[in-house]
Amino acid sequence: MPLDKPYLDVPGTTIFDADQSRKGYWLNQFCMSLMGADNRLRFKADERPYLDEWAMTEEQKLAVLSRDMNRMISLGGNIYFLAKIGATDGLSFQQMAGSMTGMSEDDYRQMMIGGGRPIDGNRYTHEWETAGAGDDDDNDAGADR
Amino acid sequence: MAHVSASVYTSHVPAIGVAIDLGKTDEPYWRPVFDGYQPSRKWIAEQIPDVIVLVYNDHATSFSLDMIPTFAIGTAARFEVADEGWGPRPVPPVIGHPALAAHIAQSVIQQDFDLTIVNKLDVDHGLTVPLSLMFGQPDKWPCPVIPLAVNVVQYPAPSGRRCLELGKAIGRAIASFDEPLDVQIWGTGGMSHQLQGPRAGLINSKFDQDFLDQLIAEPERLAATPHIEYLREAGSEGIELVMWLVARGAMADVAGGSAPTVRHRFYHVPASNTAVGHLILE
Repeated sequence: MPLDKPYLDVPGTTIFDADQSRKGYWLNQFCMSLMGADNRLRFKADERPYLDEWAMTEEQKLAVLSRDMNRMISLGGNIYFLAKIGATDGLSFQQMAGSMTGMSEDDYRQMMIGGGRPIDGNRYTHEWETAGAGDDDDNDAGADR
Repeated sequence: MAHVSASVYTSHVPAIGVAIDLGKTDEPYWRPVFDGYQPSRKWIAEQIPDVIVLVYNDHATSFSLDMIPTFAIGTAARFEVADEGWGPRPVPPVIGHPALAAHIAQSVIQQDFDLTIVNKLDVDHGLTVPLSLMFGQPDKWPCPVIPLAVNVVQYPAPSGRRCLELGKAIGRAIASFDEPLDVQIWGTGGMSHQLQGPRAGLINSKFDQDFLDQLIAEPERLAATPHIEYLREAGSEGIELVMWLVARGAMADVAGGSAPTVRHRFYHVPASNTAVGHLILE
């Protein structure tokens, strides 16, 4: 019997469960390697050969090279691991989180100062479908499974 | 005998640590956050505990995907401050309390909680930001700290019920320790926030305030909240709030004692992507 995953019905959200973790193992372990200062330098100097040292899929490597955070998440990346890439690039957590929303950095910051993204209209995937939000299919939980 | 004198609850937003470390606490953006902790600093200065049991989560720092313990207790004499990718925070190393930690581990495992015992553990912002919020920037932390790490990174985190019951077991373990130690237990993380995907930036103040109300008055009922409600209502990273239930479970009233007094309650939006919640129960 398949596991019950009620969280697939939360819009714009990918829950890092056992299946995602399995898919993203090498992507996330590559991210862990960036906790060492020497590795950060080596990665930044020449990214592609550094990525080729890891048993990641080509899709995962391309997502890292293009810094497509939503794509990395859908391919099994976890935000706390992916944050090491952001740190290597000198980005704050707010810049990283904001980059996944399709908003500009300033708009996102202003939204947060204004109290954040409201919960109303953001609980269920059908609310986004009718509202036309969440335009990038790739971002929805389960779209890639 | 040792006893739990108080519990402290707080968010552990990394940007708060950065603001403290870079001296930005007086900036208009940050001032309301730190003002909210002034009464807490005064309160704790008058009652520095002998030991803090600090419930937090590791953020892909010491636990990669190679090993994911659901509950882990740090039994070492000393815990180094981790480099999370931006370089280690300029804060003192954390001194442990191996005797009490070993006692808790043995007692709690015999109460059917299979803790992972960790003798080497670098601690990240999840543990050091709460210390900075409560103690500021001392040369060394004023008391030993026992880290209790909970997995909230890979789904599923332990249930709220399991966390509350673990807290009760820890409370019993502390009460059976022979030395007359004054122990505080801290629950950290949360409140509502989501750091990933197009829904990033979610904040739900109503959920957060209800959570605080129930944590104070109805912890048993709060423990029944299912994961999906945290994920949907408080954001994918709001699930960290289950860790507050560990600390709450160690308070005397949950085991039939008298109700705790609320010493301080504070709530503010935002700190970076997150709603900051804070509570002291004595």
